[in-house]
Amino acid sequence: MGASGPPLRELVEQRCILICCGSGGAGKTTIAAVLALEAARAGRRAVVVTIDPAKRLADALGLEGLTGSPSRIEGDWPGELWALMLDTKSTFDDLVAANASTPEQGQRILDNRFYRNISGALSGTQEYMAMEKLYELHQRTDFDLVVVDTPPTRNALDFIDAPRRLSRFLDHRLFRMITAPGRGVMKAVNVAAQTFLRTVAKVVGAEVIDDAVAFFQAFEGMEEGFRARADAVLQLLSDDDTAFVLVASPRRDTIEEAQFFAAKLAEADIAVRALVVNRMHPTFGEGLAEATSARAATLDGTDLGSLYRNLADFQLVASREEEHIAGLAEAVAPAPVVRVPFLPTDVHDLDGLTEVARFLL
Amino acid sequence: MDPGRFFAASRLLIVAGKGGVGKTVVTATVARAAARVGLSTLIVEVEGKSGLATMFGQQPLDYEEAVLSAGGGPAGEGEVRARTLTPDEALLDYLRDHGLSRISKRLVSSGALDVVATAAPGIKDILILGKVKQLERARGADLIVLDAPAAGHAITFLQSARALIDTVRVGPINAQARDVLAMLTDHARCRVMLVTLPEETPVNELVETAFSLEDRVGVGLGPVVVNGLYDELEGLMTPPDAAAEAAGTTLRAGEADALRAAAAFRTDRTVLQAEQVGRLADQLPLAQIRLPFVFTAEVGPAELDGLAGRFLAEITALPEVV
Repeated sequence: MGASGPPLRELVEQRCILICCGSGGAGKTTIAAVLALEAARAGRRAVVVTIDPAKRLADALGLEGLTGSPSRIEGDWPGELWALMLDTKSTFDDLVAANASTPEQGQRILDNRFYRNISGALSGTQEYMAMEKLYELHQRTDFDLVVVDTPPTRNALDFIDAPRRLSRFLDHRLFRMITAPGRGVMKAVNVAAQTFLRTVAKVVGAEVIDDAVAFFQAFEGMEEGFRARADAVLQLLSDDDTAFVLVASPRRDTIEEAQFFAAKLAEADIAVRALVVNRMHPTFGEGLAEATSARAATLDGTDLGSLYRNLADFQLVASREEEHIAGLAEAVAPAPVVRVPFLPTDVHDLDGLTEVARFLL
Repeated sequence: MDPGRFFAASRLLIVAGKGGVGKTVVTATVARAAARVGLSTLIVEVEGKSGLATMFGQQPLDYEEAVLSAGGGPAGEGEVRARTLTPDEALLDYLRDHGLSRISKRLVSSGALDVVATAAPGIKDILILGKVKQLERARGADLIVLDAPAAGHAITFLQSARALIDTVRVGPINAQARDVLAMLTDHARCRVMLVTLPEETPVNELVETAFSLEDRVGVGLGPVVVNGLYDELEGLMTPPDAAAEAAGTTLRAGEADALRAAAAFRTDRTVLQAEQVGRLADQLPLAQIRLPFVFTAEVGPAELDGLAGRFLAEITALPEVV
């Protein structure tokens, strides 16, 4: 635990951006919502960007559908709490509009079928737009804290790498050849590229390639703006006011994923500021599972035997969970490890979030 | 229902569910159960999961097909094999089969695959499902168990064929998508088995997924698997002191509290789990297979065999028509 008291208090009260990452099903959305709520309780103006909230939690947060703008959640706190559900497509549309040199260029891109697919299909687009939304909200002066929930990605780098990857994609060498027809030396290469594309078209159909070519032609000249923006977003991610919170559940496979995640973040020079382990089994008594289990075996067939068997089950699972966490805790040290126990019911309202908050701060 | 008949109902069984519900454990369990009734089984996984092979006590998979458990023995068990499929690899295979190996390397190395995949969303999924279809057609195993991608991707993944038929209207990819759709919607060839946990949100999501898979893809749904149920233990309601007296022994200081608290925890959670199982039965008219929570946390060969045994027992308890 950090020297400055409750592990996540400092993050919620001091930082400007909190990013909750980890594998799917670990409870990132819930943790993100709790952090924003607690910031509002601390008097800050907080907004949480969620990706795919469970329906009842979305209802509790007043999220009735995808919107590009945050809606305010009223409550008994001195600060402000806002929430929004990420709309990948409209975020991307806004980005295109902002970067187009003329409204006509923007419209030509928005109308292109290939472009429409990008928002739904290009791997990393959702991650990219989550980061883009974060940047946009951070730039506004009406929020002190932006909390983002990240998409349930298996590739840790998707959301750090996505902005750059997309700008690389848009800047694709192959397509620079297509979009720069017949310029001197390029002409020969261009013919080769065309031949290649014709072969690809044989497999996937010419229509698909035509759409792609039309898109890259329409996009010409905008790459620079996109690249600059991607760099700015990346800059923001490694800023001191930004903190990453790694969310995991104590099962071996999700811990392994979290470990992989932590390693990738470290490679990108990004430190994990806190590790939240969700849905931990409680610990009962002081004894060891092996001893309890042996006692259960000698008392087999009696009620006491069952009571010991049950205790042994939970002692075993709790000790295994601690073993799984130990390696991860070491990997993210000195980040504090916060354990959130299995709660009797699912978290789907503000009371539930408050309950979780008791363990976080 | 006789397990042999259950597994014979379709050659391909797709195991799908949200992240964290134990989909891969269920995939391994199904394969192990099928092997125990003598069927040769091939597990196909698409995410490079490390845990699958270790459940069988084997080294993690690479991209080569590997034997996870040998068949034979006195019980005449089937063999379990596994392989990982990636879109890039499936694409290379596909191009080779279509006489286009010349451009295949360049397509992958130049990143043009990303462009194509963006132009025609679902193309990566269809390449993988196309490969699965090929395996199904080749009859290399009695049963193929596909560990579908996690998260919300299961629906997109299985819907890719229908979507692609509209995007790519002619050519080999279109033909591929049609073949895949034919397989997915033929209930005698393919069934989807959805996995959930006995908790509120996973149950809600399972119900939603089930309806949209039926409506939007037209797949046949097998029984749903409810994973991670605490087994009931008799006698947990007895106060520890009374239980000790009845057993003619005494408890150490503080032990009664630990025993009581642990018993209360299990009893409470068992009630909550039963509520969710009941709710699932109300909302979804599909048979349920219930698998126990594994307290050892680590699923190795012994635990997997235990789960496979439970799976077979649950199948046997199902009515003849599922």
